[in-house]
Amino acid sequence: MSTEPVGLETMSIGSAINEGLRAAMEADDKVVVLGEDVGPLGGVFRVTDGLQKDFGENRVIDTPLAESAIIGTSVGLAMRGYRPVAEIQFDGFVYPAYDQIVSQVARMHFRSAGKVRMPVVIRIPYGGGIGAVEHHSESPEAQFVMTPGLRVVACSTPHDAYWMIQEAIRSDDPVVFMEPKRRYWENGEVDRATRPDTTWTSSLVRSGRDATLVTYGATVATCRQAAEAATEDGLDLEVIDLRTLSPLDLEPVYESVRRTGHVVVVHEAQRTLGLGAELAARITEECFYSLEAPVQRVTGYDLPYPPSKVEEEFLPGLDRILDAVDHAISYGAR
Amino acid sequence: MSTPVQLLTPDGARVEHPDYRYDGGLAEVAALYRDMVLVRRIDTEAFALQRHGELGLWPPALGQEAAQVGSARALRPQDYAFPTYREHGVAWCRGVDPIGLFGIYRGVELGGGWDPADHNLALTQIIIGAQALHATGYAMGLMFDHAVASGDPDRDAAVISYFGDGATSQGDVNEALDWATVHQAPVVFFCQNNQYAISVPLARQIAVPVAQRADGFGLPGVRVDGNDVMAVHAVTQKALQRARDGEGPTLIEAVTYRMGAHTTSDDPTRYRDAAEVEQWRAKDPIDRLRKYLEQNGQPLSFFQDLDAEAEALGERLRRECAALAEPDLADLFDQVLVDTPPELEQQRAEYVEWRDALEGSPA
Repeated sequence: MSTEPVGLETMSIGSAINEGLRAAMEADDKVVVLGEDVGPLGGVFRVTDGLQKDFGENRVIDTPLAESAIIGTSVGLAMRGYRPVAEIQFDGFVYPAYDQIVSQVARMHFRSAGKVRMPVVIRIPYGGGIGAVEHHSESPEAQFVMTPGLRVVACSTPHDAYWMIQEAIRSDDPVVFMEPKRRYWENGEVDRATRPDTTWTSSLVRSGRDATLVTYGATVATCRQAAEAATEDGLDLEVIDLRTLSPLDLEPVYESVRRTGHVVVVHEAQRTLGLGAELAARITEECFYSLEAPVQRVTGYDLPYPPSKVEEEFLPGLDRILDAVDHAISYGAR
Repeated sequence: MSTPVQLLTPDGARVEHPDYRYDGGLAEVAALYRDMVLVRRIDTEAFALQRHGELGLWPPALGQEAAQVGSARALRPQDYAFPTYREHGVAWCRGVDPIGLFGIYRGVELGGGWDPADHNLALTQIIIGAQALHATGYAMGLMFDHAVASGDPDRDAAVISYFGDGATSQGDVNEALDWATVHQAPVVFFCQNNQYAISVPLARQIAVPVAQRADGFGLPGVRVDGNDVMAVHAVTQKALQRARDGEGPTLIEAVTYRMGAHTTSDDPTRYRDAAEVEQWRAKDPIDRLRKYLEQNGQPLSFFQDLDAEAEALGERLRRECAALAEPDLADLFDQVLVDTPPELEQQRAEYVEWRDALEGSPA
């Protein structure tokens, strides 16, 4: 069992989610974790490590290998008063559950005129960069963002991960919880003593004057690195971590863009109708006269996720982000 | 596969079965008959309302009254039922006002309008087979709540999931059968095999009798004459009690026939012949029960009173259907999420402003 938290602790994102799950399960005995291999194995990424040992087989359930069933039974558990936390083992395995998520979880509150609540959390380790085989590196978040009735959030730091998973579990709305799997092992400081009011707001992670990088999940770290690298060219970049993808919290983005006049949206997901498309539309609607260049998008290409030997070419990296920044800043000068 | 369990022949004669017995007396049988007659009246009323343009659509349950009433009347209050869109008889037995069902097909409701918690009846389900997994999850919850095998008849509960023969082709139903059996969850999977998935006959859906599927999953499978309300009641009651006692799930195949169209938009003459329909008409679930009641001294006044009750019910539904309030689109923005986010508030305001401007403008 967890010890009493004191001050700042260093832990990885994976461990922070584990600790967050543990805290939520201790706080509410209606919280149950279910998924493939979440029991003795602790999940293929060990995010549920030790939970079954400590909370028992009725609260940490190794399920048959059937994603639709994991979400479908979560619906029934929620109707019985439970707060299921379902793990989808890899992003690319969510599609067998897509119908249960979109046709059932997302609509239950609406179609019952608010009488039935779906406090279901769907954890999805997502994104590439781990040298994986096919179907293990997808970024399907936009498909859930465009579905009314779901909340979609993505964490990028251990501290956020610890608190965001708990906020997701406490939510009476269903939450798709995107976990940047290639960052699972990255360490950071977590303050377990002070519960934030909410973690579902856009977060300013770096202040800057010249351009705004808007991103979430795994590419937050990439954008921070890009911003550091840009200082060598005398550029001062602002970085915003959206954290909540649906609904979006864009006031901090608008405020930033009105100051910088330049914005680059960065995500791993493919470009067409990715989050960047919606962000570009909204930023244009709200900040039209502040923009000095069109909204730039640095994204995965419109390909199925490629073989891993070329994934670094596919994923947004420092050079492509800095190129986009240069393009935005020099736009009027061309 | 064995012949379906039957306790009452189409001629209204009781028959013995080694494993199943209907325990009700004449009053209980009369109550089942009343349910079935009223359910049929709801169904025919809705059909007529659709033909008059008062409903956009109706999926008739005609011919399936015994399967629905017999199974639903085997439920206890604490049991929980997961219906499809055709379980009008189940909704009736769970105490739901049929006007809620009419609301769906008049386009003023999506799920049925009742609070599932008030009736232990989930809202209707259109996605074929999806509810079998919801039922399994709910049943897992019953196990976690120690509401199974406690020995307390008022506490122990079971879940029943309805679906049709077509749904046996869906992954969700197969996943549910597997999961429930592996976990010995207290679910009764109740398949009304009405012989058709819209137009496609059973033989094009499943290569073995539905109940035989159970063998591969490791749960008991039972075939029952779905037009025999006594047999359906007896078989379902036994399966439910097994589930409540912690002995796991059962798959019941109620062999019946969809006498009507799939929905009012369907034309069954394109895919089945009249002779087949007539064969099944001779096995009508209500006719056979009436014969039994008449042969066993049920007074004529009972049938006359029931006719009058059905007539009054039909009249009320006609009246209330026409008076169903239309929803206000502006109210729906609040129903998407428990906590309505600002962007939805903004879209609502946008809609209301547009609507008000339109109403204020000259025609």
